[in-house]
Amino acid sequence: MSTPLAPQHGELPHAEPTELSAPFWNRCAEGTLTFQRCAACRSINFPPVEVCRECLDTDLGWEESSGRGTLYSWTVVHRPVTAAFTPPYAPAIVDLDEGYQMVTDLIGIAPEEITAGMPVEVDFHEVSPGLHLPYFRPSAG
Amino acid sequence: MSAGRAVIAGVYNTPQARRLENWTTRKLIASAALGALRDAGLTLADVDGVITEGDSSALIYDLRLGPAWQGRGFGLDAVVEAANAIKGGQADVVLIVAAAAGVYVDRDATAPWTRPENEFVAPWGLFTAAEFALIARRHMTTYGTTPEQLATVAATIRNNGHQNPEAVYFGRGPFKPEDILASRMIADPFHLLDCSMTSEGGCALVLVAADRMADLPAKPVHVLGGGADYYGPAYQFPPSWDLAGRRGGPVNGRIGGRAADRAFRHAGLERSDVDVLELYDPFSFEIIRQLEAFGFCEPGEGGPFVEDGHIAVTGSHPVTTDGGTMSFSHAGGSPQMFQRVIRGVQQLRGEAGPLQVPGAEVALCSGAGAGALFNSVVLLGTEASS
Ligand SMILES: [Zn+2]
Repeated sequence: MSTPLAPQHGELPHAEPTELSAPFWNRCAEGTLTFQRCAACRSINFPPVEVCRECLDTDLGWEESSGRGTLYSWTVVHRPVTAAFTPPYAPAIVDLDEGYQMVTDLIGIAPEEITAGMPVEVDFHEVSPGLHLPYFRPSAG
Repeated sequence: MSAGRAVIAGVYNTPQARRLENWTTRKLIASAALGALRDAGLTLADVDGVITEGDSSALIYDLRLGPAWQGRGFGLDAVVEAANAIKGGQADVVLIVAAAAGVYVDRDATAPWTRPENEFVAPWGLFTAAEFALIARRHMTTYGTTPEQLATVAATIRNNGHQNPEAVYFGRGPFKPEDILASRMIADPFHLLDCSMTSEGGCALVLVAADRMADLPAKPVHVLGGGADYYGPAYQFPPSWDLAGRRGGPVNGRIGGRAADRAFRHAGLERSDVDVLELYDPFSFEIIRQLEAFGFCEPGEGGPFVEDGHIAVTGSHPVTTDGGTMSFSHAGGSPQMFQRVIRGVQQLRGEAGPLQVPGAEVALCSGAGAGALFNSVVLLGTEASS
């Protein structure tokens, strides 16, 4: 069996947080996963947006996610597009229990052990000074 | 009479190569434009409409084509836009041209226009192959589609390029599915040979009103229908198979289905009328997905369908007969997509040499796919629709 996938270390491509996204990244630094919810129609909006994607209301607040979900799809990258990433790593889409999807990387599991629908939970890592990334790993229990 | 309808009167591919030394994008565009006009039996002075990638107005200035209509369509949408401009009486002769040279700093790099710099995908290392892999994986876990089935697609298309003297990878085969599976893994399930290459080159098409064709040398190829499905910007959001809109209809994994339905309805054609499928092939799985999305096989049946030999040039549904982006060329954003239509024209003219589909009369061409959240379709025919 191969070694479990690990978080990246070092400078990664990432955008400067905007006024819209800063609340998400600030809470990541505290180890909490958050998402936007529309006060008018209760829809979840992620990635964050100024105007609700469902009802177009502008009253959008932040809520905490349980950080738990299931694996929707994944790949294992052996040949990254930039040298910033150390392979192998496993980009994935996770279905959060609250009912939205996000892109992440899987860690803490060997590539050949990954299975569709497996329970996963968020695991934050500071990959470079100030950049706290939500990764996902197999759920503890 | 076919007055007002648009036909493709000229097509041209410049040389294609991994790197075209001593060429620039602008020089390639000039070469491609002149080549397509020569093929159509027309000159620059006949052109009164232009679509190119990026700034069409700059090309109108540089080629002294003004006053001219200009379009803004990307990829296959440009062909539909040009046809509509002719039908609508806004232009008589539209030149569609695009090229790319000197773009790659690293010849192994992914196409730079698809590099995600976006906040909610970039830090997790997504790039084109990974995005399309996330779509492919979902199909594999849902329907049991296998790496061998993906490899069959790649081997088929690469074998077409192997036989195409114009292809960058001419003579580089033949390939068996085992050869694809033996190439190094890029983004599981995609091996190196499941992926498009990067290359340079240019191409052009000339569209004219059908009633103009009587004076022109080439066998006219009619634009019978087109369609476009978009779910959002590529490479910014999770490339989710199940992404859906508020109106219902096909989810992202089935993108192109609505476009194809509309194109067929407009053309008055059935799926069974199609002789050749010039499908856009950024990754092997995308052919399986498009065959399902466009309605050539049932959902989930794409894997067995390609395994049974349907997609070979000698099969019932020949795909991507020039070798596509895996073997023919993968240059620029628009050229590689225009080249699907150019190959469709070559097939319908009977100019595809050893890869000719005998008696081909209707071609379906496509551009992009589910990792990109859009897919466009063009239907071409040797006869005008009734
Ligand atoms: Zn709302």
